[in-house]
Amino acid sequence: MTGLWRQAWEIARKDLRTEFRTGEVLLITVPFGAAALMLIPLAIGVDAPLLERVGPGMYWSVVLLFGVLVTVRQSAADGPAQMDVLTLLGLDPAARFAGRAGASALLLLVFEAVLAPLALALYGSDPRGWWWVLAVLPLVAVGLGLLGTLAAAIAAGVASTTLVPLIVVPLSVPMLLAASQVTEGIRVGATIFGWLLLLVVMDLLLAVAGVLSARPLQEAAR
Amino acid sequence: MPPATPAPFRGPGPYTRPVPAAVIDLRSVGVRLGDTPILRDLDLRVEAGEAVGLIGANGSGKTTLLRLLATLLAPTDGEGAVLGASLSSPERFAVRPRIGLIGHTPGLYPQLTLEENLAFVARIAGIPGEAVGEVLDRVGLGLARHRRAAACSHGMQRRGEFARVMLTRPDLLLLDEAHAGLDSQAADLVAHLVEGVRRRGGAAVVVSHEPGRIAPLVGRFVELQAGAVADPGTAAS
Repeated sequence: MTGLWRQAWEIARKDLRTEFRTGEVLLITVPFGAAALMLIPLAIGVDAPLLERVGPGMYWSVVLLFGVLVTVRQSAADGPAQMDVLTLLGLDPAARFAGRAGASALLLLVFEAVLAPLALALYGSDPRGWWWVLAVLPLVAVGLGLLGTLAAAIAAGVASTTLVPLIVVPLSVPMLLAASQVTEGIRVGATIFGWLLLLVVMDLLLAVAGVLSARPLQEAAR
Repeated sequence: MPPATPAPFRGPGPYTRPVPAAVIDLRSVGVRLGDTPILRDLDLRVEAGEAVGLIGANGSGKTTLLRLLATLLAPTDGEGAVLGASLSSPERFAVRPRIGLIGHTPGLYPQLTLEENLAFVARIAGIPGEAVGEVLDRVGLGLARHRRAAACSHGMQRRGEFARVMLTRPDLLLLDEAHAGLDSQAADLVAHLVEGVRRRGGAAVVVSHEPGRIAPLVGRFVELQAGAVADPGTAAS
């Protein structure tokens, strides 16, 4: 393993270990996401065809909105003293970005996987169509993990964490569109290749942007 | 808690590059945050093998100077070099692993145990993991190694910071409020660390509000006043 990937792995491992001990995602964000999924049918009422039609869109909206909370979770945040330690250890900022984004993507994948069966049950969607969505879950998890980590780094540079949702939500719209359209395309038998490609391209662009901007953003945050 | 062992740690620190004659060389350096000058027209030279005490009132710029020396801040005026690397150029990134900083706030991860914290440091820095147990024993935390940092007292966390610096064996040691929150046994660790760095041919800058406590460790004191050097070198004796 090269130095960068070894360091990225260590950062991801540390973040995941911390999450397992604090339970910030599994014990707090997942239940809130599930509650949000349950509230929507209550608001719409018992209209099975409508629920089935809006189900995929609602699921992805909840994933993206609550996914922001996963990416900016407090348990993975490095305080100023910890940042100083990491910097003086010679940690490559790109490795820190990759490690944090990787850990967030894994947690987002768990988040998506827990909520998907619940959405199926609540919205009565055809499970055959949803099978194909499994291919989209990792792409969205990686994209959102990268986007959230990049947004957190930008927000740290201007010392304002409140910026994170303002950056993440608009930029995640193409992901929401693509993920919803894949699900809808499968349901009505339309082609989904273009939307899958959009997700892949977004993930690649975010990865390149995150790696290239990691050091300037880290230095700006001081 | 067992007393700290006075012998210098001879662990496997990975940084073996030669130390330049002037470990710190600042010339008319200034640091401004926005329009506010924090450091002004500061000249400071610290030779290899030297330890310097940094004193001054609250707000005089001591911590900012330490952060500048740690390359965590860049000068806005003047020129400076640390371990031969200019503080204004990207070459400062390369010397960062050779600098050890112990600041006001411990940099341990609260949800990790002391041992996990140090093992994480070792793996990031590429240091063999066997050294972790040894340094924990040396700072008197051997029996508390499985305790999470959040459950440790401030003094224990400071000892954990000392263990981290022992592990990485820096060429330039920067200690902020060196004796804050330490009992007399842990205070010996400060002397042990400073002496270890000096023997290796590095340098140390020790900030303290108690000059009397660090006088035996340092060759001279530099006094800061309102961001400028008020006294460039009173002999510690």
